[in-house]
Amino acid sequence: MRYHTPASFDDAIAIAAQAEGITRFLAGGTDVLVQLRSDLVTPDDLIDIKHIPGTHDIVQNADGSWTLGIAVSGAEMTEHAGLCAAWPGLVEGMDLIGSTQVQGRATLVGNLCNGSPAADSVPGMMAAGVTVTVMGPNGTREVAVEDIPAGPGRTNLAKGELIAAVNIPARGENGGDAYQRFIPRTEMDIAVVGVGVSLRLDGDIITEARVALGAVAPTALTVPDGSAALIGSTLDEAAKARLAEAASAACNPIDDKRGTIEFRTDVAGVLAARTAQRAYDRAQGKKVAKHV
Amino acid sequence: MSKIHVSTTVNGDPVDFLCDPRETLLDCLRDKLALTGAKEGCGTGDCGACSVEVDGRLVCSCLMLGAEANGKSIATVEGIADGDTLHPLQEKFIDYAALQCGICTPGILVAAKNLLEKNPDPTEEEVRYWLAGNLCRCTGYDKIIKAVMDTAADMREAS
Amino acid sequence: MALDDDLKKDGFTFVGTRPKRPDGLDKVTGRAKFGADMVAPGMLHGAILRSPHAHARIKGIDTSKAEALEGVKAVVTRADFPDAVQHKPGLAGEMWNVLENVMAGEKALYDGHAVAAVAATSALIAKDALKLIEVDYEVLPHVTDVDKAMAADAPVIREGSADRSVPEGLHPNVVRYHESGHGDVDAGFAQADLVMEDTYKTEATHQGYIEPHACLGMLGADGKGELWCTTQGHFYFQKVCAAVLGLETSQLRVTASEIGGGFGGKTTVFMEPVSLALSRKANRPVKMVMSRSEVFRATGPTASASMDIKIGMTKDGTITAAQAVYRLQGGAFPGAPADMTAMCGFAPYCLENVKQIGYDVMANRPKQAAYRAPGAPMAAFAVESVIDEMCNKLGLDPVEVRLKNAARDGTKSSYGPTWDAIGQVACLEAVKAHPHYSAPLKEGQGRGIASGFWFNHGGETSVSLALSEDGTAQISVGTPDIGGSRASMALMAAEVLGIPYENIRVTIADTATLGYNDVSHGSRVTYASGLATIKAARDAVEKLKGRAAAEWGIDPEAVTWEDGYAKPSGPNAGEFEPMHITKITGKMGRTGGPISGHFEATPEGAGVSFGTHIVDAEVDPETGKTSIIRYTVVQDAGKAIHPTYVEGQFQGGAAQGIGWALNEEYIYGKDGRLQNSIFLDYRIPVASDLPMIDTVIVEVPNPGHPYGVRGVGETGIVPPLAAVANAVSNAAGVRLKELPMSPPRILKALKDQKG
Repeated sequence: MRYHTPASFDDAIAIAAQAEGITRFLAGGTDVLVQLRSDLVTPDDLIDIKHIPGTHDIVQNADGSWTLGIAVSGAEMTEHAGLCAAWPGLVEGMDLIGSTQVQGRATLVGNLCNGSPAADSVPGMMAAGVTVTVMGPNGTREVAVEDIPAGPGRTNLAKGELIAAVNIPARGENGGDAYQRFIPRTEMDIAVVGVGVSLRLDGDIITEARVALGAVAPTALTVPDGSAALIGSTLDEAAKARLAEAASAACNPIDDKRGTIEFRTDVAGVLAARTAQRAYDRAQGKKVAKHV
Repeated sequence: MSKIHVSTTVNGDPVDFLCDPRETLLDCLRDKLALTGAKEGCGTGDCGACSVEVDGRLVCSCLMLGAEANGKSIATVEGIADGDTLHPLQEKFIDYAALQCGICTPGILVAAKNLLEKNPDPTEEEVRYWLAGNLCRCTGYDKIIKAVMDTAADMREAS
Repeated sequence: MALDDDLKKDGFTFVGTRPKRPDGLDKVTGRAKFGADMVAPGMLHGAILRSPHAHARIKGIDTSKAEALEGVKAVVTRADFPDAVQHKPGLAGEMWNVLENVMAGEKALYDGHAVAAVAATSALIAKDALKLIEVDYEVLPHVTDVDKAMAADAPVIREGSADRSVPEGLHPNVVRYHESGHGDVDAGFAQADLVMEDTYKTEATHQGYIEPHACLGMLGADGKGELWCTTQGHFYFQKVCAAVLGLETSQLRVTASEIGGGFGGKTTVFMEPVSLALSRKANRPVKMVMSRSEVFRATGPTASASMDIKIGMTKDGTITAAQAVYRLQGGAFPGAPADMTAMCGFAPYCLENVKQIGYDVMANRPKQAAYRAPGAPMAAFAVESVIDEMCNKLGLDPVEVRLKNAARDGTKSSYGPTWDAIGQVACLEAVKAHPHYSAPLKEGQGRGIASGFWFNHGGETSVSLALSEDGTAQISVGTPDIGGSRASMALMAAEVLGIPYENIRVTIADTATLGYNDVSHGSRVTYASGLATIKAARDAVEKLKGRAAAEWGIDPEAVTWEDGYAKPSGPNAGEFEPMHITKITGKMGRTGGPISGHFEATPEGAGVSFGTHIVDAEVDPETGKTSIIRYTVVQDAGKAIHPTYVEGQFQGGAAQGIGWALNEEYIYGKDGRLQNSIFLDYRIPVASDLPMIDTVIVEVPNPGHPYGVRGVGETGIVPPLAAVANAVSNAAGVRLKELPMSPPRILKALKDQKG
């Protein structure tokens, strides 16, 4: 295994484009190292992108949107008051990954590119409408988060391509978001179901909503019917029931060691309604409990 | 496979070592620097026994390459005490029997110290969630949580 | 051994206090040396190749490519182990069973079974070399479930493994059989107002110690060896390693490292003989450290169980008869503790009619190892669940029913012996009086209680105590300190000698410096090594008294020992100034030589142990997720030497039991491979999962120990499976009969009940 520390994205792309064997980019390493140590994936070229300028920055742009460097750790996100105030759901999705120790290293882009359907940060990013800047030998493009995963352990990035930045929209007025997951313990588990909801209110009425599910299909997915169930409602019981139904209907899960098809389908509905409530409360300026 | 030369600081001392790119920081601390306080309980970041601070940030040293330590400042359990004066957490862990076998203790002390430096007045819930990545199989956590909470109270009073 | 005569019940100076543990500083500074922390000059690193198949014939192993890799110094397979031990049925051939588990012979018997090993100049090279070993497998049909392993069409793990206890007509995978009880259960059921019969199941769990197995072995062509390892019993490891390698036992010196948790799982030899075999071949020391995945795949776990319970009860709560059949799967070798399970299940009760049967069954899983009261938690889960269900049906208080039927002094136990001085009633009374038991519950919450029993154990024990010139003492014990036992030994010795606790140093001696010691298991350390320490200290005191008597010119019988002083008594009382220990030891070289005390015997008065737990649980009816809200452990310790560490044992046992009840399990795929061999998916409780765990130490002195001690390490894991199950079932309104009570299982039970 060769270990590289390029000083620019161009250098990183050049290394990746010329590499002949298995290539991995290293930021937090909380998946890459586990795979390396357990002999699942031993890269021929490991490209550490943390020495590239700007990869550790959290920047709020003039229009209120945010640009996050790709080596920003979960801990750095949760310690950033402005980001937490704007996108608490997106941040809590990241914050739920692993332990305090893992938070010291893990990154949004790593979580996304690992390609796990159960990645905790992904539904929150999808609900928030996050895009990523993809750079490669053939130039730069902006891609919606939901278009990155291709299936378990796979992404739609081409050889030599990498993600160079995370772009989070401006939150704007009267918005709220939330991410909730179901795990058997209180911490340290992989999501059995994950739900991200972002919405905007006009008074008590939901005017915009995006719902995304994790761990219930080969990739995280958006649930347009869930959004439709919420828009125009005050998140009354009927709206929650419609959302739950839409979420359960969107599931295409598997039976595995973490949960059954039946369980995932049922709990997706339950959790969607609870997550929507959390987002709604936030949009109304209410404080919500960190641990539920 | 060529080795990588790493220059870093551990518990305030400058050190150098050569490592294979596949070796973790934990491997390097234990095998090259003879600092065996950090333990490998899982190798997957699930148990926290290898907890160290890197530039003040709590991490699992099994989830970081030795090569990544170049130019960093590492703090391990061996550096918690000040000479022959134990850190208040170390004293309290002994007083409260907050350890039975002691294998998780180094990681928990590093993690708890890191917590109290960020949050001198944590709630029980905050302590429990902060330490959720530090598995202990012996104690049921009861005495560990009490030791951390009471150390925090003592340190607040003393400051 | 009846020691009633010298049972000391009160007036303690040191016993019952809570001093700092002697090894505290080492363990909070990172200085303590655990299994993986040792190095030796010229050391190589070993690694083991493991079978990916649950059951496969090994047709050939080609190690030539691995041997050719630069840095590889030795490769071993089963061919490198001599035929020093023979296969025999049941547990009679346990040494062969161990060897077969340490390194597969003709067949790989489970996913993770060792098939070859490498020693190389670095751990990375050793790992790389494993990938170059080619094993030709013929995959065979496999079975991992206990009930399926007993079925007629189950693949046979190994013919000729059943011992003579097994009745005719059973599948060859059934290798041991136990039956016990008394009275006439059919007549008893006929007297009952309510008879309940049900089947309960528990999945295998792992001890989950945080320190993986690790060792450093050195063995020369001269047959002399050194072994450093993390173990609960280095004397046993010495015996086993010598047996499977064909060495003379005394030529192998074994030193126990500090041990990072064991809970029974480090009573068993796994790769220690492999490191010695590699070392012999390479003529260099070989260190081996397991990965967590190897720990899960190839060590531990408990047996899994399938159990049929039938209990008859009258309307007032009197149990008229109790009957149980326990089927335990213990991996590809005899040894599942079906006999223990059977004996423990009904032990908390005084029963006129009782019968229990246990089957030890083999399957394609790793060889089960002891786990804290091995076999008892499963039985308690089944029995205590049925009793709880019957209390609910009859509208009776679960504590009152247990009190009504409780085993007492003079009760003939469910498995034979008649009890003396036992604590079941005292524990239940303490539960009844505890504020937890009467505290109000919120909606959605349920309360469960359950009792548990464990035998406790004595075992072969040697302790040596040497006095130094300055009047301080050093004690050598042979039982590794898993959870603070050095402190208990020092307290007991201080009590006898009358010198400060801090003046005593306790060392875990290696196998060359002390007589044989049974493993640190069976809750025996504070009991047996404690008894031995007291006896060794008393032996030294007799010698101290003798020296004083000689100086005073009086009969040694006329000297007493008090608070560290020899005092003349009887007619000589007051004639001489009391003589402090330092006055005697300071000149012992001139008065007869060094003064030591020692003890070697097999104490047999361990004293059985009972406990009852109270737990409040809340179940989310929409997701099936359980939260433990409040937990109280009540257990009889006989006498708590260091109460803080007794509490710690209670709390640790409860936490492990909660994990077993809710989320821990071995998950095998259809291919027979273990699917959750890391801590991410083998879900032991984390700090945020648990509440504080309250403890009540009941003290009913054990007449078999000079200070009344009975072991406390194991009983604490017996009640929680059932107590949590009862709480969950009462909270959810549906009875859970299978562990773990994972959210999918609870949610399904709730849905099935709704219809």
